[in-house]
Amino acid sequence: MTMSSNETVNQTPDETREQAWIRVMNARKENRPQARDYIAKLFHGVFEVKGDRCMGDDEAIVTAIAWFENCPVTVIGQQKGHTLEERMRCNFGMPNPEGYRKSMRALRQAEKFHRPVICLVDTPGAFCGVEAENKGQGLIIAEHLRTMATLKTPVISIIIGEGGSGGALALSLADRLIMMENSYFSVISPEGAASILFKDSSMAQEAAKNLKLTATDLKSFGVVDNVIREPEGFSRFNMDDSVEDIRRVIRAALRRLTRIPPDRLVENRHQKFLNMRGL
Amino acid sequence: MNLFNEKVTVTSEEADILGEKPEMLRCGGCKREMVADIVHAADSICPYCGALFRQPAYRRIETIVDSGSFIEIERDAESRDPLSFPGYKTKIESERSKSNLQEGVVVGKATIKGLRTAIAVMDSYFMMGSMGTVVGEKIVLITEFATLNRLPLIIFCASGGARMQEGVLSLLQMSRTTIALARHSEQRLLHINVLTHPTTGGVTASFAMQGDITLAEPGALIGFAGPRVIQQTVGDKLPEGFQTAEYLYERGLIDRIVERRDMRDTLAALLALHAGSAADDVRPKTSFKEWYDDVFKRNS
Repeated sequence: MTMSSNETVNQTPDETREQAWIRVMNARKENRPQARDYIAKLFHGVFEVKGDRCMGDDEAIVTAIAWFENCPVTVIGQQKGHTLEERMRCNFGMPNPEGYRKSMRALRQAEKFHRPVICLVDTPGAFCGVEAENKGQGLIIAEHLRTMATLKTPVISIIIGEGGSGGALALSLADRLIMMENSYFSVISPEGAASILFKDSSMAQEAAKNLKLTATDLKSFGVVDNVIREPEGFSRFNMDDSVEDIRRVIRAALRRLTRIPPDRLVENRHQKFLNMRGL
Repeated sequence: MNLFNEKVTVTSEEADILGEKPEMLRCGGCKREMVADIVHAADSICPYCGALFRQPAYRRIETIVDSGSFIEIERDAESRDPLSFPGYKTKIESERSKSNLQEGVVVGKATIKGLRTAIAVMDSYFMMGSMGTVVGEKIVLITEFATLNRLPLIIFCASGGARMQEGVLSLLQMSRTTIALARHSEQRLLHINVLTHPTTGGVTASFAMQGDITLAEPGALIGFAGPRVIQQTVGDKLPEGFQTAEYLYERGLIDRIVERRDMRDTLAALLALHAGSAADDVRPKTSFKEWYDDVFKRNS
């Protein structure tokens, strides 16, 4: 079921705090459903779009055109990989500039054909490497944000696992932001925050609690629109119930968003973010 | 380059004049220690080796805009502590008293050689210019102000990235500034970025890389991830000059590296080139051709 407000989350804020670290651990579990698992369950007639037409194809980002029920959509998902081999191919879900470029290509096509965009966010962060910097990692994420900010078609983002910093934010500038119960969205990894602020990376649990990175926290800030509950023993082999919930949320959101004229839609998206003043 | 000879090293007499303990800065180039106030009075340039110190926001504004033309907005905006993050309130207070700033960015409007512009100057002396809700909001406000008044916008970037202590709310400022700037750009208004040392993280990955023109100061560290993080991830040695302004310039990521003493002229020249599109009622009062030629002669 979908939690429409805080009351339906049966936890007091204190309990949630205790659980922050557990959620971070859950978000990183090996058998947790990943973008490709969701794509297989949520969509049909999937045609994968490959390459950024400039530098190569980054498997950390999957882009596809597919059917969501009777509506063609563009899907952009960050994929970490399940097996070691797949993980290495996907660079452990850390996209390089070519990945974001490919994603921008998919976004522009979606706009051209008035297809709604569904983003599946799951990354520890954009890749930090010499090559990535040389190709302008920061610049490309900035361009990606600009593209999403002005995209004249509905965008729904779902944080399915790790929402790691700028690399995740690039796919989160959306009309609707949805989080799985055991996902997190944070400015920095708990380990990173612990080593910088407490000079001790073993303080990660403490940092996870302080960073307010869980779905419940972010729902209370009004940053997230929906939280999808995960059943006991949630994994890629046991995800059907949650997939149905996601399907229902996407369906409802699309029904609303596709009725709004494109210019109005962009204006609404702008106002949504600009109105998050003081918080 | 030796602007005022030996005076920069503190003698006991000078220490007396400046108060008990003058704040000292160490030059990154020649490693000499100097009195902060004296260094900043000379454009924050090392008189011995010419290396650049990080320049405080108000000093920078003084050197860039026409004297007396700067009108600041939102001077008193203060950060709250939205996550009740341990130690954050104390940290903010100590940064405030240390830097004499309320937050990590100063925004307002001014003229440069008679040309009107909105301007935002980040200050790395305040929590390394990190972007929290207030920094983000001030950038959004000045951008909206510029859009409303059909003004170009100049942003001097200096930031360690998104501010950790405000969590995801800091991260969201990347989206918010992006949106505000997209709206500014839609109105065909000019946005110039000047990247100063250091420009990294969430600021690089949002507004710092969204300008029509991107300038940088010599030697500035510019990147998405910091060099230490990259070294930890990659493990091997980083290339020579990695992530400096010069390194990015070679790779086509910025338009020009501008010396501090030429910055005002360069910005004025760029504003003049775009003055027609910015607003029809704003034209330079006198012919700008002469100093315009002069600037380009000096820079070529």
